Amino acid sequence: MSKKLLLEKAHVEGIRYYDVYRREGGYRSVEKALKTMGPEAIVEEVKKSGLRGRGGAGFPAGMKWSFIAKPEGVPRHLVCNADESEPGTFKDRYLMEFIPHLLIEGLIVSSFALGSNDTYIYIRGEYAWIVDILEQAIEEAKQNGFLGKNILGIGFDCNIHVQRGAGAYICGEETALIESLEGKRGNPRIKPPFPAVQGLWMRPTVVNNVETLAAVVPIINMGGEEYAKIGVGRSTGTKLISACGNINKPGVYEIDMTISVEEFIYSDEYCGGIPNGKKLKACIPGGSSVPILPANLLLKTAKGKTRYMNYESLSDGGFATGTMMGSGGFIVLDEDQCVVRHTLSLARFYRHESCGQCSPCREGTGWMEKILKNIEYGHGKLSDIDLLWDIQRKIEGNTICPLGDAAAWPVAAAIRHFRDEFEWHVLHPEEAQKRNYGLAHYADPIHVPVTA
Amino acid sequence: MKFNEEQLTEFNRLVARYPEGKQKSALLPVLHLAQDSFGGWLSAEAMDYVAELLQLNPIEVYEVATFYSMYNLKPVGKYMFEVCQTGPCMLNGSDDIIAYIGEKLGIKPGETTSDGLFTLKTVECLGACGYAPMMQMGKTYREHLTKAKVDAIIEDCRKNATIHN
Ligand SMILES: Cc1cc2nc3c(=O)[nH]c(=O)nc-3n(C[C@H](O)[C@H](O)[C@H](O)COP(=O)(O)O)c2cc1C
Ligand code: SF4
Ligand code: FES
Repeated sequence: MSKKLLLEKAHVEGIRYYDVYRREGGYRSVEKALKTMGPEAIVEEVKKSGLRGRGGAGFPAGMKWSFIAKPEGVPRHLVCNADESEPGTFKDRYLMEFIPHLLIEGLIVSSFALGSNDTYIYIRGEYAWIVDILEQAIEEAKQNGFLGKNILGIGFDCNIHVQRGAGAYICGEETALIESLEGKRGNPRIKPPFPAVQGLWMRPTVVNNVETLAAVVPIINMGGEEYAKIGVGRSTGTKLISACGNINKPGVYEIDMTISVEEFIYSDEYCGGIPNGKKLKACIPGGSSVPILPANLLLKTAKGKTRYMNYESLSDGGFATGTMMGSGGFIVLDEDQCVVRHTLSLARFYRHESCGQCSPCREGTGWMEKILKNIEYGHGKLSDIDLLWDIQRKIEGNTICPLGDAAAWPVAAAIRHFRDEFEWHVLHPEEAQKRNYGLAHYADPIHVPVTA
Repeated sequence: MKFNEEQLTEFNRLVARYPEGKQKSALLPVLHLAQDSFGGWLSAEAMDYVAELLQLNPIEVYEVATFYSMYNLKPVGKYMFEVCQTGPCMLNGSDDIIAYIGEKLGIKPGETTSDGLFTLKTVECLGACGYAPMMQMGKTYREHLTKAKVDAIIEDCRKNATIHN
């Protein structure tokens, strides 16, 4: 059993309500932080914990907090990113639905650390029922003196507001989120200035993911150093993984980052293996934008070492033979799935979600979708595969926000590792309409060159 | 076209969350409120009303309403089935579910049945990938869809519609 810091109490009967949550030890971190620690000390603990942003980029949270500008007389804001729209990712929803007070508790401590008197949760519009759950939790916290004016009598005022989005993946990008929170289209801003200097209403702003802010609670309770002892290397603490696709037990799992990918997929504690005794073909371990890997490179690195569920091990080998932890959206494909079709579906997603501000992204995503559609439906040419490669190269790094990269990487990785499946589609257009390429050699052991 | 008392109270609550002079920030939630209050979609009249309430130029409202996929700029059926078609759902048979609903209702994605009861729409990932195939119906999600489940949902909607008419 791996250690649980966030979801340990998620299934206690009634934990969604304040009384039960409090009885189970909730809001202790607020008491500790507000009464015995100053804002700087809290930031220090978070730095010591090694906590990395759980929204996808993995940027150290404490460091981000220390960048916030503090001009005299200008309000600052903390914004919680609950937009959660990366395909494969549904962990924040789970946390907010089952244990909403954990997020509220983390938000109070974090707001105090950053000096935010009005903190906003920006939640994707489709999670409409979760808005009610959060607003109820906020109301309960207020009734019990943990929110509102003069919290715990120390002279700190804080309110939390829940703002619904309205269906746009791009609003998960922090500057687009800020624009949306200002009542505008979700067009990402050019950085600099960074939100830490000019964010919401041009005021210093920190944007953090739901899971990141919830993790502040155990960090304050146990101390940053203790937290950092869990996990391995720069992957400290626990991580929520939302597992989906072709597995026996889809769902949200809290892991400490020392288990292997193989254990995560096959053990009964987690995904419980692949249904119907089928074989593993491929996996996208960190949400749709991270590179897909064939089974053999997923379970072992190119050097033949076991691959683990943590930031460093998943990215071992770089983009050539590795992938990324991303948001923890773990998507499994069994031997009967078609990589071309799956890549097409993701390409359509990114075309749909491009905000349209930069031409490489706007035009490139549409073009990639069209070519992939041709290949999938039997009208592709071999040169299309090189063309796809060329287009994704031209998007990557040439756009205002990372959505361009997020759209390019899945296509690049699919071609890099599954080129023969693409070629088979082009060369056998009729057969490809009737059956899938199958497992092929994608699970074969990798040949590791012996070094002297 | 105006909010009633209760809707105005909610409007005021929404605007009060933002600092003085930043009432534009309430635009997204207020558009949700308008859509829910005025028949499930945003007519030009509804958007102009929102602009007036928030003291914005109508164009500021139109450009937002057209950007976000949850705002309907055309009338929709009483029940809207928004079925997710993105990768993870596709791996678990969302294509079949979309085809089945279409067949059963005699409409294609994007269309509304002639009795105005149902709209079928395909959407991108809704954050329910582990409970696929799934769809959004108003404020709720319907997950782990099967053909039998779809039949039951449609049956339920038809029954509710006759009760409330
Ligand atoms: C296109 C795009 C979509 C994103 N979507 C999300 C999201 O849904 N949730 C999230 O927390 N971060 C998302 N991010 C990352 C945010 O920009 C930002 O890095 C994050 O909220 C910072 O919080 P963290 O450091 O706690 O992870 C997205 C980034 C991009 C480029
Ligand atoms: S990369 Fe795409 S989504 Fe990002 S700003 Fe440019 S067009 Fe918009
Ligand atoms: S892919 Fe359908 S809900 Fe995520």
